[in-house]
Amino acid sequence: MEEPSAGTGTGRPGTAADAEAVIETRGLTKQYRGTLAVDGLDLTVPRGSVFGFLGPNGSGKTTTIRMLMGLIEPTAGTAAVLGRPMPRAGRTVLPKVGALIEGPALYGFLSGRDNLVRYDSADPTADPRTRTARVGDALDRVGLAAAAGKKARAYSLGMKQRLGLASALLQPRELLVLDEPTNGLDPQGMREIRSLIRELAADGTTVFLSSHLLDEIEQVCSHVAVMARGRLITQGTVAELAAGTRGRLAVTTPDPADAVRILKEHGVTDLIVLDDKVTGELPPDPPDAPDPSDPSDPSAPSEAAAPAGPLDLADLNAALVAAGVRVRGFGVERASLEDAFVALTGEGFDVAG
Amino acid sequence: MSRAEAGTVPVVRPLSSALWSLGLFRSELTIVFRRWRTVALLAVLAGVPLLVGIAVKIETRNGGSAGRGGGGGDGAGPAFISQVSNNGLFLSFASLAATLPVFLPMAVGVIAGDSVAGEANSGTLRYLLVAPAGRTRLLLAKFTAVAAFCAVATLVVAGAALAVGAALFPLGDVTLLSGTTISFSDGLVRALMIAALVAASLVGVAAIGLFISTLTNSGIGAMAATVGLVITVQIVDTIPQLHVVQPYLFPHYWLSFADVLRAPVYWDDIVKNLGLQALYAAVFGSAAWARFTSRDISA
Repeated sequence: MEEPSAGTGTGRPGTAADAEAVIETRGLTKQYRGTLAVDGLDLTVPRGSVFGFLGPNGSGKTTTIRMLMGLIEPTAGTAAVLGRPMPRAGRTVLPKVGALIEGPALYGFLSGRDNLVRYDSADPTADPRTRTARVGDALDRVGLAAAAGKKARAYSLGMKQRLGLASALLQPRELLVLDEPTNGLDPQGMREIRSLIRELAADGTTVFLSSHLLDEIEQVCSHVAVMARGRLITQGTVAELAAGTRGRLAVTTPDPADAVRILKEHGVTDLIVLDDKVTGELPPDPPDAPDPSDPSDPSAPSEAAAPAGPLDLADLNAALVAAGVRVRGFGVERASLEDAFVALTGEGFDVAG
Repeated sequence: MSRAEAGTVPVVRPLSSALWSLGLFRSELTIVFRRWRTVALLAVLAGVPLLVGIAVKIETRNGGSAGRGGGGGDGAGPAFISQVSNNGLFLSFASLAATLPVFLPMAVGVIAGDSVAGEANSGTLRYLLVAPAGRTRLLLAKFTAVAAFCAVATLVVAGAALAVGAALFPLGDVTLLSGTTISFSDGLVRALMIAALVAASLVGVAAIGLFISTLTNSGIGAMAATVGLVITVQIVDTIPQLHVVQPYLFPHYWLSFADVLRAPVYWDDIVKNLGLQALYAAVFGSAAWARFTSRDISA
């Protein structure tokens, strides 16, 4: 036991730094015939988190998961899962990990229940005496109990996805690795799976959730890491990441030219006019004494914004109106993870080439 | 690693863990024998003795004797056919001799070739491995299941032949190739020995098929490659100019099982056959293990 087991490792750590890591990779790299699928990944997943692993298709998420699960050997670097080195300690680590990797895979000629029996008997630590009960529980949990006797071949994609999830829940797990778990589900199914994930997380299971759906990550995750083109772009709590990109001010007005002038005077930058809509970047929140974007213009009439205090949106609106700008709409458009992603990668959320 | 085990993993281990591992072997047998494909293969194999039996019955309706071989010849397959009309038990020997060169190895090639590649193709392999089945353990279970299929397929042929033979022809004392006569029950024992030898003869093919199966993600490809190899090797085995390599080809001593029907039993070729099969199992089994345990599972 030379592992540094700082902290008791329970609860939801908002502070990632001192919590015990459930997944930790150092310089993890996988090269396929010259192309780097994963390039020097340093990933830390704190215990108890719901960790969103975000990236466009082809960004290396699944390759990373395959390395974490010991299915493929890294070209370089190390990966530790539950504190043990991964390709090697698979026998002791994997029974405590439930995984859904790149969609479900089932035996079409077996019933849903028999599929789970098959996967459970592959686990040498699974007790055959409790197998029937555990399989039944897992089927209940994903809402498949009624269809358990049907041949898996006859399942819809959503049902297959649920069965795959059930196979990850055959035993109590310390870590769930779910690769695109809501793929192929209808909106109702997505909601059910997401609430299941929250439920599992509330029980103390760490959930590592890969997805290319930004709103999914935003809805269920406490932490997030963003991949693009095989590289890790950022990782941290969802709040931190969303805070990194601030919302944009949006003003709807029939007088855009005047609005731009007034907004500029109040330190709003990156102003874009689109028909009757003016959007811009608000000055940084902590009011640095000298406004960086507005080098203390002496001629600025700044009667509304207090010079030293933070920019109050109400004052900004009042300033617009006072200057004779007719305002139809005024507000801040919420920063989403998508904005964060675009800001981080400088590109759209497309399939990587 | 005393922490974090709090109730998540059953602590009961020592004695029963070996038994629990058998769960995978049982599960593997289920996977092989609950497929329609396997049932269809076995049905085709069972149909061979039926066809042979009916053909012999029709040909000998006028009291003539089937076949021209005349009761002997070292390992000439259809040799037993001439005896079938006198004794139904010979139908099992004739059927095994007829299916061993093609039908049986083909069936084994299908099952063995698909065993790993088919699971890789459908993606179930990755879930077995993260379960974690353990690569060595999974491969052993696969090999055991394919070996079980070899035995079952052979028994299906022998059993069907016995049933058809009993229904269509008289049963009685067995005249051996060497001329001596043994009782019917002794003949049954010899038939069982022959079935065991035929099943063992298929182990080499099973090992080759398993190895090929670890090379690819295409179940169909692995099946085709295995069956193709079986046919190619048999052709090579008949080309006189290649006699140097022939003793090392896995089908070379296959028909040595006929030597069981001699008194005393002529063991030389039988032992050579078993040794050869063991060699193939060892070589290709190790190759499959080396490949499978180091391979990236990317499907």
